[in-house]
Amino acid sequence: MERMLAIMERELLRFSKSPALITMSLIVPLLQLVVLGYAFGGTVRHLRVAIVDQDRAVPAVKFRELLGAVQANTSTFDTIEYHDVTVAIDALRQGKLNGVITIPPDFSRRTLDKRAPQIALITDNTDNVVAATLTASLSNLLVAYDAPRVVQRRIPGATSLDVVEVYPYVPYIQYLLPGSIVMSIFMMVMIGGGIIFIDDKARGLHEGYLVTPVTALELILGFNLSGAIKAVIAGLVLMTFGTLIAGVPHPFEVLRLLRMLLVIVVTSMALISMMFLIMVRMNNPLMPRALFGALNTLLYFPSGAVYPQQAFPGWLRAIAIVDPFTYAVHALKSLILKNTGLAAITNDLLFLSIFSLVTLGAATLLFRRTL
Amino acid sequence: MRARVVSAAPDASAPAIDVRAIEKAFGDFIAVKGISFQVARGEVFGLLGPNGAGKSTLIRMMTTLVVPTSGTAIIGGCDVVEDPNGVRRAIGVIPQAMTSDLELTPTENLSIFAKLYGVPRARRKHLIAELLEAVELTAWADKPVKNLSGGMRRRVEIARGLVHEPRIFFLDEPTTGLDPVSRGAVWEMLRKIKAERDLTVLLTTHYMDEADKLCDRIAIVDHGELKALDSPANLKAAVPSQNTLDASFSGAPADWLRRLQALPGVAHVSGDGTVYRIASSSGPATTMALMAEAAKAGVSVQSLAVQSTSLDDVFVHYTGRQLRDALQAPTAADNPFMMRR
Repeated sequence: MERMLAIMERELLRFSKSPALITMSLIVPLLQLVVLGYAFGGTVRHLRVAIVDQDRAVPAVKFRELLGAVQANTSTFDTIEYHDVTVAIDALRQGKLNGVITIPPDFSRRTLDKRAPQIALITDNTDNVVAATLTASLSNLLVAYDAPRVVQRRIPGATSLDVVEVYPYVPYIQYLLPGSIVMSIFMMVMIGGGIIFIDDKARGLHEGYLVTPVTALELILGFNLSGAIKAVIAGLVLMTFGTLIAGVPHPFEVLRLLRMLLVIVVTSMALISMMFLIMVRMNNPLMPRALFGALNTLLYFPSGAVYPQQAFPGWLRAIAIVDPFTYAVHALKSLILKNTGLAAITNDLLFLSIFSLVTLGAATLLFRRTL
Repeated sequence: MRARVVSAAPDASAPAIDVRAIEKAFGDFIAVKGISFQVARGEVFGLLGPNGAGKSTLIRMMTTLVVPTSGTAIIGGCDVVEDPNGVRRAIGVIPQAMTSDLELTPTENLSIFAKLYGVPRARRKHLIAELLEAVELTAWADKPVKNLSGGMRRRVEIARGLVHEPRIFFLDEPTTGLDPVSRGAVWEMLRKIKAERDLTVLLTTHYMDEADKLCDRIAIVDHGELKALDSPANLKAAVPSQNTLDASFSGAPADWLRRLQALPGVAHVSGDGTVYRIASSSGPATTMALMAEAAKAGVSVQSLAVQSTSLDDVFVHYTGRQLRDALQAPTAADNPFMMRR
């Protein structure tokens, strides 16, 4: 026991004396949180949309008034008057416009005759987000345009969809935060656990341990517990700063902080055990550096940290099922975005605990007490 | 965990190190081929050989880092195969690589190892202060090791290896990479500590002068075999040529090498037309005859140095190659694990 503590003391003393290492493992996840959070999180505004009005009668004017209202309020798009559809479409192809709205010559007549009047929207669909935003905005606008008649047509007993949002609006940066916390844990595990472990081994530092009466179990526990402590520290730092940067409501609610601490501890154990299993027979100091990028991509993106897993193809979902990030991200999302209790994250904690035991068990079997 | 074999109190007359037909194979490559030798208590014993000779593997088997393929070694009364933990408690080891933590201070480095060796808390502080005093690092006790010179770092490691007061001390190339002044300081330190603590010391080196100055007995190891084992003086005496003459000439005739070979006492001559190395059984006689021969032939002697037999000559005699040449040879087979600084 004392020997295990001596190994932990050595690892943590060295860690506390390497501020550069601590900073490095926190900068990447924080940077990612802020840059990705703001890059993806914003509402699309001021799209350049051409309006080609070939009708110019009262119903068309009414429609254009609504467009003006959107422009003045949410500023989703700015309209530019064009007289020729062909010229407008050319401008769209050249990237000068994001979309073209045409009001056909028979729009007013069909409106008054109630013969299914149509408005055309031509979008640059190479950008999914812009095209979807324009379509949605215009669809909403048309609902408003049709509103008086909708009321008239409404039949008692017809089913309508009433959407109820359970949680307050979640900006994308808050959606990203759980992934960033898990990422900071992983970075510390990778640098403070993986890279330093192999470098020490290559430098012959482990020989120093191996000639003492320390047992294999004491060595394994010493390495893993000190690695987990470093990772927990990284997770907690990112949790604190991340919550403040992302503007999570009630950031210092004690019960939630305790639950998050539990998730961070269990996640750190799972990731350090996994790292130890990967490194246990590795000798080449270049290997963990080469693995860094691949592991990062393979664990972070399938976890649902940046995009819902429901959109993944089957093979990617298969990776997500065994990816410990998935469970850590899910648990932190429940706590940060929904402020749930432990019942909602029991399965996540269970998976991460079993994952730790299995990987640490396998690593212990593979660990060699001699060179 | 393996049950510890409780060994009887070491017999005072028993050797401190008893290596019995120890062998290590890495796949098809046999690094150590059934070596046996004994080291008496209080002796300083040197393993001499180039990298790749098998001496690192040999020392690693004796220090429980590598399990022998066959044979065994009894170190301080404990068997390296049966009771490695007993061996670990009895020995102090300074590995080849510098393995102190650079960010930590000498005191912290020693304290952590004292805990790893289970030195009782009550004794730790006193013992660490005493050891740092012995290696003359008291003034540096609380400075980070990274601020210390190479020689001082080595002394930190020597103190670290002694932190549990072992009876047997293993040093794997203790002065490799150090400048001559630091090497001298490390030797001085080792002599002093050995005298004060009644240690048995086994060290590996590829420095001849180091082996000559420090060791009571030397084993020459090459290609995994023990080529010779004796005191430095006896090893030198066993080599036929007693002296080496290094001479350079100007205006030497074409048959100069042949004429040098004909001089009295000369065993062997090598040279390139200007610089010659002459192995002789009698330095003075050969020198006198050489000067006379040069005067007769009108050759001018540019320089002449006479040396008595060195361990270099002993090494060449037993292994057929210069140690310095051998040092240039690839060393991967010696240790595929370690990255040299």
